[in-house]
Amino acid sequence: MTPLPLRPDLAAVAAAVPDGARVLDIGCGDGQLLAWLRDTKGVEGRGIELDAEDVASAVGRGLAVVQGDADTDLADYPDAAFDVVILSNALQAMQRPAAVLAQLVRIGRHAIVSFPNFGHWRVRLSLTLGGRMPVTRSLPVSWHETPNIHFCTISDFEALAAEMGLTVERRVGLAKGRQVAIWPNLTADTGVFVLRR
Amino acid sequence: MDQRFGLDRSITLPGDFPLAGGGVLPELTIAYETYGRLNANGTNAILICHALTLDQYVASAHPRTGKPGWWTRLVGPGKPVDPADWFVICANVLGGCMGSTGPTSLDPRDGQAFAMRFPVITISDMVAAQARLLDHLGVDTLAAVIGGSMGGMQALTWAVKHPARVKKVVAIATAARHSAQNIAFHEVGRQAIMADPMWLGGQYAPDAPPAAGLAVARMAAHITYLSEEGLTEKFGRRLQNRDSVSFGFDADFQVESYLRHQGLSFVERFDANSYLYITRAMDYFDLAEPHGGNLARAFAGVQSRFCLVSFTSDWLYPTAESRRIVRALNAAGAPVSFVELESPFGHDAFLLDAPEMNRVINGFLTA
Repeated sequence: MTPLPLRPDLAAVAAAVPDGARVLDIGCGDGQLLAWLRDTKGVEGRGIELDAEDVASAVGRGLAVVQGDADTDLADYPDAAFDVVILSNALQAMQRPAAVLAQLVRIGRHAIVSFPNFGHWRVRLSLTLGGRMPVTRSLPVSWHETPNIHFCTISDFEALAAEMGLTVERRVGLAKGRQVAIWPNLTADTGVFVLRR
Repeated sequence: MDQRFGLDRSITLPGDFPLAGGGVLPELTIAYETYGRLNANGTNAILICHALTLDQYVASAHPRTGKPGWWTRLVGPGKPVDPADWFVICANVLGGCMGSTGPTSLDPRDGQAFAMRFPVITISDMVAAQARLLDHLGVDTLAAVIGGSMGGMQALTWAVKHPARVKKVVAIATAARHSAQNIAFHEVGRQAIMADPMWLGGQYAPDAPPAAGLAVARMAAHITYLSEEGLTEKFGRRLQNRDSVSFGFDADFQVESYLRHQGLSFVERFDANSYLYITRAMDYFDLAEPHGGNLARAFAGVQSRFCLVSFTSDWLYPTAESRRIVRALNAAGAPVSFVELESPFGHDAFLLDAPEMNRVINGFLTA
């Protein structure tokens, strides 16, 4: 069975995962990324997901996925239990993003974090000219319904990583799934970072 | 046809069977059923472990009640545990009353029923007996061991006691220990049995059991298998075959009538002394206890993959107990899946129609 192609932001995350790694995907949804990594890179994957139906789907794909909350449950994992810990498009939904980030680099030797860039020009335009919170392709839900409670820009994230003393091993800005060449904080709709302690 | 396989089997294994509590049984009889065929390399065996009052008739009609197997929603053609694919084994637990060695068995040393001379047993004794059965059946490794409630306790114990013999563990609506509340409810049941004058210190004749005590024990326990929401939905305050309350102590309410029926029908198929011994085994169950209360250390040597399922309205073995197991397995580095499923039916949800549970188990088994 050929694995389905990944969503572009997930593909950027997947590209940073070495073959055969032990991987924890936090907020793994129905396990699309984990299944892809297992089938094409032979990783040993685990997942955490809040939604019961998504967990059922992921387990149905043969993945080891635990229903749980990244804000509270990461403390249960031992240090360096994984080669790579992934938090894709979920940091902004965390109650305590910095605490979660600290857990990521504790549990995993490397952390891959992707998030919608609130510094993207469309977001800026929406706020500056429209005076409204943005509703865009990567941020499709209105402010009062969104689970995203902690938005940041790529520059904000870099500042936090520096403040926490984390090493940024790689950073990629994506616009419509393609890597941007210049000014990622303005031109990228998504930031993908590889970090370590 | 190999006489070891099929419905309504029984095997007596001679020789001492030592128990965790220090006692010894002079021989061990296990009543069991198998479904499907063990494949040539012996890789398709699944052991189903039953709950407190259930038995080996997981997918065939019960010989006393005539009711269909107790887990035909999970085990059977087209179900996640399909005998066309799997070799399925289900055995009556040690201490049970459906043919395996228990308090109703005759002590071969004097030909008298053990009754209360039967040694106190544990969940791990039940598992040890199942391991003897697997040896007899020529099953070296289990593709999976699956159990709900007390069956889940056995499944977890399998992974801890026989790590190399179990590939996958499915533990549903269960816990790694009995809580004070669990023990408390069991004690109510035991006291109801022992307070019945017909109990006679356990020496009652088979045709004159402490039926009233056992029925009350079942009634109290049955409430713990349901939920307030489920009871309200099913019965509310509706009256039983009458338009107004009787100002007496008949079963005015439907819920009373239902519980009385549950109690009476239970007495037809279960032994009071067995109930004492099996509830005691559950009360003694605490996987972490030999490891100073550290459950992760209990799981340190496991080699199985785990799948845990809990139900939102189960207050007997609530989700928090499953999460405790998941945390410990994670800390031990064991691959574990866990999901809490929405259900209004309380602890019994795992025995009812649960398509999401089937989906999870099916995925877990086939992966």
